[in-house]
Amino acid sequence: MQALVQQLIYGIQLGSLYALIALGYTMVYGVLKLINFAHGDVYMVGAYVGFYACTSWLPFKELATNPNAGGTNILLAIVALLLSMAICAVLGMTIERFAYRPLRNGLNEVDAIFWGFAIALPISSKFGPLFSVKGGLAFIVIGVILGFLMRPVMAYMRKRIKLSSSRLNALITAIGVSLALENSGLLVFGSDQKFIGNLIPESNWNFGGIQINSGQFIIFCVSIILMAALRFIVLYTRRGKAMRAISHDIEAAKLMGIDTDKVISFTFALGASLAGAGGMMVAAMTHVKVTPLFGLQPGLKAFVAAVLGGAGNIPGAVLGGIIMGVSEAYVAGSPYSTYKDAIAFCLLIIVLLVRPAGILGKNVAEKV
Amino acid sequence: MLRGTFVRFLGFAFSLALLLLVSKGAAYIKDYYVSVIVTCGIYVILAVSLNLINGITGQFSIGHAGFYAVGAYVGASWSLLALPRIADTPLLKIGTPVGDTINVIIAIILGAGAAALAGFVVGIPSLRLRGDYLAIVTLGFGEVIRVIFLNMDAVGAARGLTGIPSIVSNHDMSIFWVYGVAILVIMLSKNLIGSVRGLSFLAVREDEIAADAMGVNTTRVKVTAFVLGSAFAGAAGSLYAHFATGISPDVFDMNTSIIITTMVVLGGTGSITGSVLAAIMLTALPEWLRFLQDYRMVIFSTTLIVMMLTRPQGIFGHREISFASFKRRKRAVIGGGEAP
Repeated sequence: MQALVQQLIYGIQLGSLYALIALGYTMVYGVLKLINFAHGDVYMVGAYVGFYACTSWLPFKELATNPNAGGTNILLAIVALLLSMAICAVLGMTIERFAYRPLRNGLNEVDAIFWGFAIALPISSKFGPLFSVKGGLAFIVIGVILGFLMRPVMAYMRKRIKLSSSRLNALITAIGVSLALENSGLLVFGSDQKFIGNLIPESNWNFGGIQINSGQFIIFCVSIILMAALRFIVLYTRRGKAMRAISHDIEAAKLMGIDTDKVISFTFALGASLAGAGGMMVAAMTHVKVTPLFGLQPGLKAFVAAVLGGAGNIPGAVLGGIIMGVSEAYVAGSPYSTYKDAIAFCLLIIVLLVRPAGILGKNVAEKV
Repeated sequence: MLRGTFVRFLGFAFSLALLLLVSKGAAYIKDYYVSVIVTCGIYVILAVSLNLINGITGQFSIGHAGFYAVGAYVGASWSLLALPRIADTPLLKIGTPVGDTINVIIAIILGAGAAALAGFVVGIPSLRLRGDYLAIVTLGFGEVIRVIFLNMDAVGAARGLTGIPSIVSNHDMSIFWVYGVAILVIMLSKNLIGSVRGLSFLAVREDEIAADAMGVNTTRVKVTAFVLGSAFAGAAGSLYAHFATGISPDVFDMNTSIIITTMVVLGGTGSITGSVLAAIMLTALPEWLRFLQDYRMVIFSTTLIVMMLTRPQGIFGHREISFASFKRRKRAVIGGGEAP
């Protein structure tokens, strides 16, 4: 009995993290009907920002290695958390602006130039570092050539076949963004494992034989606070109302004068900042080592959680995350612990066979 | 009609003979190039077979590596675990040309059959699910299959299987077998599109409800597509196992599924020639980009995004390249394509 309760607590703690990431998936799916595969990698970037903030960027970094710092470390943790959230929000908006918006509205000059320079960046590093004369020159020349060539080439191709965007297409673009983030992560951060250690001194509390780890408890509390904040934004602000309107019917929302591009951008910022917070907390409060591929598995599981609860449904994402965490904790504690990565999908398949739109999702009949 | 069949048969026999010749010639080129050519062929089979499900029938399956894994493991288990026990049977003797050929054929058929069974199981949820939900379920099936192999001690768990006998005792024949199966799947897809039954597949892609209303048995069409597509993926897996002579669960992870899906979309969903070309391109391009070292995957992924943004319908859209398309450029090709 005690073991069961213990696993339940582990599961809820793990589940709150999944729920935090799943919220970003579900909000984006709600407004755009797009599986944002890059979300798990935003979580990875959040963890790296947390790592660098705690170990080298912030002025009071020496506190992180000082075991007696106590209270000031909490300040450091909060500043690092906010920094991760802010940087991830900007990253999320950038991804939306340059990768997903052209899918909806077509590629314009600014996007073409951006992608020209994006391809030029790795190629030019063949010629030398970016800030050397040779490398910088190569970057500018290749970027300008690619960026300005892309528009006429595209205009020629579009003349022949009209622009049509499908779901599969959006999915491949998202996968491309995810691959790009992972591989540039490998280049920028290196493939070695990064590890902050315990930012806030760790302790285990014992309640009648049931252990609660302080780090995981903090993750749980912060997740709950962030989810409450999200609920407030979505339900009681004008932006949140606009988000709900878009997820209900994007065309009608446009006709009502909602600037859909701006609201979608805001949705990405919100989701990405939650993922960034999750990444930073995992890097700083647990013993998980950070690598460029570290967002892959949690990202996939969080996405499964979002679908489990009903994609596009915010309470569903939280419910799905908790179910996922608890079931994983129970399997991990059982003799079949090696199957813990498969349980998520088995659960998903069973639930979708019974309720094709997820647990809380509404099954909308297709109109002819 | 009869003449067409005859010409087609002649073409098939001719291409097989040509393949045999090329396979013999493979002894004179570097092993590295042979391995790139064979890998290209395996991905051609995978992409064309996924195109059957995603492109022609319009389902949304992104877990093809699961079927690939089933085929590879079943084929390898036959050669490695079952075959040594009955190796004394005259026709199945290892090391003799006849015995090796028959064994390869049995391994391919077993791999394809097992994958077809798995495809049947996955095809059933596709009756209830649509779009993104189906996509995530197929992805999940792929992962579940991988985790099961990862935990199965009989097939080596995480170490995988090694020492699988290579195709016909040496690598000479691998090009022949791989491209032979590739030609088979391409011909099957092409004939399917041209046939009456194939039209019902296309109808399901264009509008499932309308197809249902017109009397198309959508359930049967979708399950057939899944079974056929996964059978060929299984054949590809069996070929891969016998070419690489060693397999492990991490070869068949999510990334492999995603790469196969990317090939189909990049080539133009529904276009067979597009899938073939994209499969060759996406296998050869990373090899060709090797001189860029660490930067190659970054360039690869950004190029992928740019391709999707500038040409969302893929390289060919719904169109096909064929000899006829060079002769009569105005004709719209079956498959819902626009006239060029």
